[in-house]
Amino acid sequence: MGVFIAVGVIFVIKLFMLQVVDRHYKQLADNNALRFVTEYPARGKVYDRNGELLVYNEAVYDLMVVPKQAKDIDTVKFCQLLNITKESYIERMTAAKKFSSIKSSVFLAQISKEDYAHIAELLRRFPGFYFQTRTIRHYPNAIAAHTLGDIGEVSPAQLEKDDYYKQGDYVGKSGIEKFYEEELRGVKGLKVLMVDVHNREMGSYMDGELDRDPSPGKDIYLGMDANLQAYGEQLMQGKVGSVVAIEPATGQILAFVSSPTYDPNLLVGRQRGVRYKELQDDPMKPLINRAVSGTYPPGSTFKTVVGLIALQSNSITPNTVFSCNGPGSVPIKCTHHHGGAPDFANAIMNSCNPYFYEAFKTTINNSKFGGVKKGYKYWKDMTYKMGLGHTFDTDIPYEKNGLIPSVEYYDKMYNGQWNALTIRSLGIGQGEVLVTPLQLANIAATIANEGFYYPPHLIKCFGDTTAIPEVMTTKIVTGVEQRHYQTIKRGLRTVFNGPAGTARRLEVPELAQCGKTGTAQNPHGANHSLFIAFAPADNPKIAMSVIVENSGYGATWAAPIASLMIEKYLTGEVKRTDLEQRMFEGKINYLKER
Amino acid sequence: MSYGVNNDTKNETIGKVDWVLVLIYLALVLIGWFSIFSAKYDEMHPSIFDMSQVYGKQLVWIGVALLLGFIVLLLNAKLFKPFALVFYFLVLFALVAVLVYGKATKGATSWIDLGGGIKFQPSEFAKMATALAVAYYLDGNDVKLENRRSRLITYAFIIAPMLLVLLQNDTGSAIVFVSFIFVLYREGLPYGGFLMVCGVLAALIFVLTLVWTQKVMYIVLGSLFLLCLLFYILTKKRGIGKMITAFVFMFVMVFSVHFVFYNVLQDHQRVRVEVLLGMKEDPKGAGYNVHQSKIAIGSGGFWGKGFLQGTQTKYDFVPEQHTDFIFCTVGEEGGFKGTFVVVLLYVAMLLRIIYLAERQKSTFARVYGYGIAGIIFMHFAINIGMTIGLMPVIGIPLPFLSYGGSSLMAFTIMLAVFLKLDAYNHTRL
Repeated sequence: MGVFIAVGVIFVIKLFMLQVVDRHYKQLADNNALRFVTEYPARGKVYDRNGELLVYNEAVYDLMVVPKQAKDIDTVKFCQLLNITKESYIERMTAAKKFSSIKSSVFLAQISKEDYAHIAELLRRFPGFYFQTRTIRHYPNAIAAHTLGDIGEVSPAQLEKDDYYKQGDYVGKSGIEKFYEEELRGVKGLKVLMVDVHNREMGSYMDGELDRDPSPGKDIYLGMDANLQAYGEQLMQGKVGSVVAIEPATGQILAFVSSPTYDPNLLVGRQRGVRYKELQDDPMKPLINRAVSGTYPPGSTFKTVVGLIALQSNSITPNTVFSCNGPGSVPIKCTHHHGGAPDFANAIMNSCNPYFYEAFKTTINNSKFGGVKKGYKYWKDMTYKMGLGHTFDTDIPYEKNGLIPSVEYYDKMYNGQWNALTIRSLGIGQGEVLVTPLQLANIAATIANEGFYYPPHLIKCFGDTTAIPEVMTTKIVTGVEQRHYQTIKRGLRTVFNGPAGTARRLEVPELAQCGKTGTAQNPHGANHSLFIAFAPADNPKIAMSVIVENSGYGATWAAPIASLMIEKYLTGEVKRTDLEQRMFEGKINYLKER
Repeated sequence: MSYGVNNDTKNETIGKVDWVLVLIYLALVLIGWFSIFSAKYDEMHPSIFDMSQVYGKQLVWIGVALLLGFIVLLLNAKLFKPFALVFYFLVLFALVAVLVYGKATKGATSWIDLGGGIKFQPSEFAKMATALAVAYYLDGNDVKLENRRSRLITYAFIIAPMLLVLLQNDTGSAIVFVSFIFVLYREGLPYGGFLMVCGVLAALIFVLTLVWTQKVMYIVLGSLFLLCLLFYILTKKRGIGKMITAFVFMFVMVFSVHFVFYNVLQDHQRVRVEVLLGMKEDPKGAGYNVHQSKIAIGSGGFWGKGFLQGTQTKYDFVPEQHTDFIFCTVGEEGGFKGTFVVVLLYVAMLLRIIYLAERQKSTFARVYGYGIAGIIFMHFAINIGMTIGLMPVIGIPLPFLSYGGSSLMAFTIMLAVFLKLDAYNHTRL
């Protein structure tokens, strides 16, 4: 019984202290409309490899509302002030209430600096409303839209999954904005303010004890060279396709062009939704990043891969000759009249179809594998190690696998009855095989490196000392010996400087370019023009792939574009202005064909 | 029903019911209903009878609870004792069922969905069932708490439902079972007083270990031990062995408190204790609730802001205001006079129950009386203590005031059974 009375007395004393003696709580209650103001951190900026600014922030103002605190609003005046209709007011208020009546949500997003000053002055007549500063992205160069990506309002699904976000927050929607969202976004701060019944801020709650400063997001330096990127986009104007340039020593992407492209500044601000829809409806599909989402038959560029595997498996040697009858060859015609029987170097230079069909056939029929299917399995596994048929899973979104068919694939296709002759098209990069421009550029980088690559990636480093993900700095060895790569490399040099090289018109001795043309038949119309290249031969600084859809021979479009890119990157300026001009102005009429 | 209703004593029963207790009960229930109305007041639904609102629903619960209480008063009091164990095991079964089929709300799995929007929370009834079961057992002929076997069986009766409730993650309700120590103390548990002293000492060590850290506690206890040792040696007193044993226990306690706190407790539980002890600021979590609750109560002043005039309530500053934090509304709108009256009503109710329990002839009725007094007291002490920052945030309702059907019905039936037992014993006089 004593305990009951004692507890009762303690409670009464405490309550007396709390309610009668201590007036502190009374004051707190007077100011106790609390406003939790989120302090948004500055999103990390993005620079190119040389420190040129690619993405920065601009301040805008969001008008926020806490529905339960918004009482006695003169809606007519309020709508006039904001220049919105009464219906829009009701609609916005209903949406906010639906999210929460006691938490704040965005009422009107991204108000410009000018409007902000005007509205803020009169806002205190409308309790429950206040401004929140935010930043939107701005792109000074208007390049590399696919790479940089964009930010937009967080989706309901994401809101549910990650409680970092609240309604109206911005998150990376594509490109590196999406992949590096957590690094770029920083950490939100919080300010707890007391607000009186007249919507006036009365200062910090609990002397700011609960406040936290925001910490800004990390800056990102891309491997991209802004000048080269802009140049690539300019060269690809009026053409559909892609240019991918990689620094062979690191796997960093120097240029990542997908054409047609768009101005990234379009997808910023209140008009984002409308413009996104317009881009989505564009028949040329500018939103698609063809460099990773487009898959193409590699055509003759694939002969490098076929040759390397044939050499590695000892199925041929550099001295092996196969006869070629030019256009009269069987089962695969040759597009060239080089006469006689070419050796390996000759075949590469001339892009001889019969030679590489024979090399492919000899490889998978090699008796050491014990059967064509086992031979083919070996061949397929080798292409996989060379970076084909799978994604790299670094920081590039929307990568496609491409296709190197499996044994099972052909078994199904041909009821188990197939041999080298059945799948002969593979030997010249046609038939079922599909690659992405990124995979193709990586093949070029691997040859430049003579046998290894780093998975291609966009980031060079963070603004601080944070390490980039390990997958991007892991050296991958293809399993083909260096000497075979050196053989190929010599061959690819002759494509430029050989007497019959397919790109001999583009030779500039001091650039020491190496490359391979490709002209890929495809079911979508005229042949795709392809080229892989790297330079300089001895110490390659740049390796690349160029694809111009439905434009004909590799040597006509893709090779000149690649060569100009190399010249631009290695020397800083392009001397072949005639060629440059022709490429700038060249337009392929796609819509007519379709 | 004819089996249960004893026509001879019906009219007499109603006449003999302890009206003091009934009036206190009704006063608390009404204060609760008006407080809920005020806490959840919605301008769109200004009627306290609006069934779409929680205050309308609470009226239904009050009606159902009163009806159930009345039915209990009409039952034959002789039936309570034989049915005590049946009820106890039914509830145990329901508690197991909750673990298997239960619905989780706010981290605790304590509800069974009976369909049709009706949910049932067996843990509310477990407390009463345990009071009945312990009363039944201690009323047995050869049961004496001096006796080890009897003690162990009594403990088992209390600990079984307590563990099941704990498994539901409902720590608050589990702690309520500790109140049975009052019953056992009254019924002559040997060393009852000693145990209570140990309890206080253990609580002190618990708090100090966390506030001062383990290392400091070892140093403090070590120095104390050396001082005691010196004292014993100098005065050549006896019992040096017991003294050493006591210190060994304290050292072990410090170690295990540290271990349990940082390795066994769940995060939300640890945070609540840390906030209470001032070790951590948790502005938007547990600390925020208590701070806001104190502001609401503190701002009421002596006279209060008046019915429906609470501003803290309007803006939903205090979460769970109509359930666990209902006392805030009383404090804000009723002021000190309001909170004083409510505390007074509870203390009066508890003292009245003890007074009535002491005048019972049967051990069963007396033990049951002490049991429910303990249960109501624990709820009262933890809940109000929490709202004014004297206790950690433990989610248990304030009996008779908080919104909720299961809780109100359970407490009403609990009280009605006692009223009937008391009235019946009186009738026999």
